[in-house]
Amino acid sequence: MNVFRFMLQNHEQVLGLMLEHLWLVGISTLFGALIGVPLGIVIAHRPRLNKPVLASANIIQTIPSLALFGFLLPVPWLGERADRLAILALTLYALLPIIRSTYVGIRGVDRAVLEAGRGMGLTESQLLLQVELPLAMSVILSGVRVAIVISVGLATIAAAIGAGGLGEFIFRGLAMVDNRVILAGAIPAAVLALMADIVMGWLERRLRPQ
Amino acid sequence: MDATGPPPVIEFCDVSYCVNSTQVLSGLSLQVRSGETLVLLGRSGSGKTTTIKLINGLLSPTTGDVRVHGVPNGEGDVIRLRRSIGYVIQDVGLFPHFTVERNVGLVPKIEGWPEERIHARVQELLQMVGLGSEMAARYPHQLSGGQRQRVGVARALAADPEILLMDEPFGALDPLTRDELQREFLLLQRRLHKTVVFVTHDLREGLRLGSRIALIEAGRLVTVLTPQEFLQSADPWASAYVRAFGGGLEAAANRGLS
Repeated sequence: MNVFRFMLQNHEQVLGLMLEHLWLVGISTLFGALIGVPLGIVIAHRPRLNKPVLASANIIQTIPSLALFGFLLPVPWLGERADRLAILALTLYALLPIIRSTYVGIRGVDRAVLEAGRGMGLTESQLLLQVELPLAMSVILSGVRVAIVISVGLATIAAAIGAGGLGEFIFRGLAMVDNRVILAGAIPAAVLALMADIVMGWLERRLRPQ
Repeated sequence: MDATGPPPVIEFCDVSYCVNSTQVLSGLSLQVRSGETLVLLGRSGSGKTTTIKLINGLLSPTTGDVRVHGVPNGEGDVIRLRRSIGYVIQDVGLFPHFTVERNVGLVPKIEGWPEERIHARVQELLQMVGLGSEMAARYPHQLSGGQRQRVGVARALAADPEILLMDEPFGALDPLTRDELQREFLLLQRRLHKTVVFVTHDLREGLRLGSRIALIEAGRLVTVLTPQEFLQSADPWASAYVRAFGGGLEAAANRGLS
């Protein structure tokens, strides 16, 4: 196979781009979770906020990624470095699945359990940390899992604005009309997505309450 | 208040409760004495559960006062109040991700008891509600309905509250298990003398377990009677219940443990 020979010959570069790719995905998913989980908790407790928040996240999700990268490019501090911009865009895309799964997970906690907990004298924060979050954790993780898989794909486009990652090979290959180079970016990206999916799926099952 | 008796543990003073514009409770005045089992009897939607939730502050009255030990709810610390009241509900509401031991020991734990004391207390409580010590390590989904409710009762008793609120605790159980748990409740109550408010729509259960029965209809307190008085009452609502439940009620009112 030509592709694999090409990848072997350029293994250092493939590995470097893969790490860059992982970094883009990892850091933006982390930000997405840091923002999305609290937002999801808030809208689960205040149903009035649920529509505006989910609608906003939905709208972001509908912006084509290439367009979003383009929109953000002229923004002062952000546009200076392509990776900043890519991380912001990927974070925005991670929000919807994470907010939604947190909302669904928390709302799905048995009302009787909450009532018993509240009646026993748990404070709202004890209820959240000891009951709601542990019981919702596997559902929340399923959203994080979706966010990661989407992000691995989207991050390839970040190469278009020079943010690096495996998209570099894909865009280079497209320019050179060389399938080997395209695949040298696409195959590792697919492997990354699959691996992330497997690891997260395992975590999700481990944390699922009986 | 009774001129001669001790002050009531729980007191409703002209309490009304509305949701939106629906009147759920109107003008409820009621006293629960120390060590008695007051049964709230009424049909679904009559306001029994609302009444019980007003006691532990899960709901606040629209007008009027609910006092526990003379302190109106809303003036004291509601979390402290709830931790001093055991609460048992029909759906039990055990924490599915905690073992029986952690479920029962949760309030002692957040109250900062040392581990050994919690462990000893859990063992004592499990024995008290008729569960073997091997149950401590199980999860709620590994228990039968009756066992779950026993754990629910043990959990409510964990921090040794003086007051116990029970909202149709045995309503979802099969008749045999229900009978068993009612009998054990009576035995337990003989030993512990908690002040109990017990919600049910089952007159037979009310007659058997209650020292007094408060009959609630459409958000109003109709009457408060002892089981014996209830059977002989000329009150149209009370006699409607007696008729609906048919024969054998005297036995329920008298037999208690038998």
